Amino acid sequence: MIVVAEIRNYTMNFGPQHPAAHGVLRLVLELDGEVIERADPHIGLLHRATEKLAENKTYLQSLPYMDRLDYVSMMCNEHAYCMAVERLLGIDVPERAQYIRVMFDEITRILNHLLWLGAHALDVGAMTPFLYTFREREDLFDVYEAVSGARMHAAYYRPGGVYRDLPDRMPQYQPSRLRNARALERLNENRQGSLLDFIDDFYRRFPKCVDEYEVLLTDNRIWKQRTVGIGVVTPERAIALGFTGPMLRGSGVPWDLRKKQPYAVYDRMRFDIPVGVTGDCYDRYLVRIEEMRQSNRIVGQCVEWLRANPGPVIVDNHKIAPPDRESMKTNMEELIHHFKLFTEGMHVPLGEAYAVVEQPKGEFGVYIISDGANKPYRVKLRAPDYVHLSALDEMSRGHMIADVVAIMGTQDVVFGSIDR
Amino acid sequence: MATKLETLAAALSAALGEALVHVTTDRGEVTAVVRAKGLGECMRELRDRPELRFDMLIDVCGVDYSTYGDGAWDGARFAAVYHLLSLAHNWRLRVRAFADDDGFPVLPSVVDVWPSANWFEREAFDLYGIVFDGHPDLRRLLTDYGFVGHPFRKDFPLSGHVEMRYDPEQRRVIYQPVSIEPREITPRIIREEKYGDRRG
Repeated sequence: MIVVAEIRNYTMNFGPQHPAAHGVLRLVLELDGEVIERADPHIGLLHRATEKLAENKTYLQSLPYMDRLDYVSMMCNEHAYCMAVERLLGIDVPERAQYIRVMFDEITRILNHLLWLGAHALDVGAMTPFLYTFREREDLFDVYEAVSGARMHAAYYRPGGVYRDLPDRMPQYQPSRLRNARALERLNENRQGSLLDFIDDFYRRFPKCVDEYEVLLTDNRIWKQRTVGIGVVTPERAIALGFTGPMLRGSGVPWDLRKKQPYAVYDRMRFDIPVGVTGDCYDRYLVRIEEMRQSNRIVGQCVEWLRANPGPVIVDNHKIAPPDRESMKTNMEELIHHFKLFTEGMHVPLGEAYAVVEQPKGEFGVYIISDGANKPYRVKLRAPDYVHLSALDEMSRGHMIADVVAIMGTQDVVFGSIDR
Repeated sequence: MATKLETLAAALSAALGEALVHVTTDRGEVTAVVRAKGLGECMRELRDRPELRFDMLIDVCGVDYSTYGDGAWDGARFAAVYHLLSLAHNWRLRVRAFADDDGFPVLPSVVDVWPSANWFEREAFDLYGIVFDGHPDLRRLLTDYGFVGHPFRKDFPLSGHVEMRYDPEQRRVIYQPVSIEPREITPRIIREEKYGDRRG
C-alpha cells in the first residue's frame, strides 16, 4: 500500500512591516510549497482620503496633497492636477512655464527611476546601486530645494504656471566644522552659477552615472537570474490589465503619452521611446534605464531653451494667480485680489475635465467635476501603480515566493498613490 | 471634414443605439451617458467595434451627486464614470452610467470586459456603496477591516464617525465616537457668472 502524504496549501502573510513591501502593503499569499497559488494584496493601510479632503478645500489648498500621493514623483502629480484645473478654467500657460514644467517633469522622472532602481536592486539582493543612485538623487533634491524651498513636497506648479521663476543663484554649502575648506570648495564647484548652470552640469555628467549603474547590473549574472523570465506579461494582457508607462512599454507596446497625446511642450522635444521585447522584469529594467537617458536629453534641451528665452512664468489673471508682492502692497485692487484668492480661492466654471500626464510610473490622471464653486465637487486621482498592483496576483501565479519581491519591485509601487 | 471628436461622437451614436442617452463634447473631451441596464453590452461594443476599439479601461470613478450645485441636482444620486482609452485610434471617451435606485445603487460589472475594472469597482463599492452586479470578488479595498459606512458619500462627515486610540487600562486599541468637532475654514460658495469681473 502506498501512503500518500496529505499536502495542503498554506497561507502566508507578507507585510505590512516588511522592508520589501515598499511601504505598507500586506500580501496574503497562498502557497503550494514555495510556489504561489494566489496573491491577495490588502491595501489601504495608508489611505488618507485625499480625494475627499480635496472636496473640502479650495483648488489651491489641495495642490500640495498631490506631492504626497506618489511621493517619489511629486511634480508630475502636480502637473496633472494643474492641467485639469487649467482645462476647466480654459486658460493657457505661458511658454516659459511650460518649459520649466517639462524640465521638472523629466527631473522628477529621473528621481523616480533612481529610487526605483536602487530599491529594486536592494530587494533583489544588490546593495551597491542604492548608494550610487542616492548620490544623484541628492543633487536633484537640491534642484527642487533651490526652486521651491522644499526637497520633496515642492508645491511648485500652480494652476496657470509655476510659482516663481528659476533662481539666478544656486545655493551653496556653508562652512561647517564637519568639512575642511578644500572639501567645501569641491562641493561648491558646480554651484557657482545659476540653477540652470547646475542643472546643465548635471545633464553633462549624468549619462556617465547611468553607465555606472549599468556596469553593476545589466550583465550581472545574479541580477539576470532574478529578473529574466520573471513576471512575463504579453502585450495583449498588458493592455487588458490597464498597464501604462514602463510596464506597458516593457511588454513591447510603444505607447507614451508624451509622444501620442503630447501636453505642455513635449511635441517640441527630441527623445525616443524605448520598448521591451519579452515583457519580463529584465526588459522593464532596461526600459527604465533608457528612459533615464532620454529624460536627461529632454532636460538638456529645456535648459538650452530656458537660457535663451526669459518671460513670465504664470498667467497674468489675478483671479487665478496672485499679483506680485510689490503691486499688492501699493495697489488697492491687487490687495483685494490677493485677499480674495487666498481666502475664498478661485472659482472654476461648471464642467468636468480629465487631464493626464505620463508620470514616471505610467498614466497619472486627475478627473475633476466642478459645479462652479470654489472647491471641486469631485476629484478622482487615477494612479498607475494602483492598476499595476491589482495585476500582482496574475503576474506572480506559478512563480516562487522570492519572485514576488522582484515582481513588486518591477511594478514600482508607491503606497502614497495606491492608497491615496 | 469632420474632426476626430465628431467622428467619435458619430460612431458612438451608431454603435450604442438605444442604450445611449446622450453624447456631449466639452473642452475637447467626449462624454457619453448610457443606461445602466445594458451597460455590459455597451462596453463590449465599445471595446470590440473596429471603429471604436476602446481596448483599455483607464479609470472607474464613483460619484455621489446628492449635493451637486448646492441642491440643484434632481437626477439619480449615484453614478459611475468610466474613462476609456483606445490605443489604436488614440482617443479617449468618458462614459457615465447612473444607478437607478438611490437607496441601493446597483450597476452591472465590467470585469469580464476589462480585467482592470476589478479593483476600480471594489474601490467604488467601498467608498460609495455602489454594488457591481457580476463582480467576482466585491470586498472592501481601501478602508479598514470592519469599517462601517461608505466614506466618500456626501452625507459622511469628513472627520468620520469613530476614532481610534490606545487604552492603557484595557491595554488594547479601542474605537470611540469621534471627539473633534466638524469645522469648515473656507466656506463653499457658488458665485454667479462673471463675479468680480470689472467689466461685469
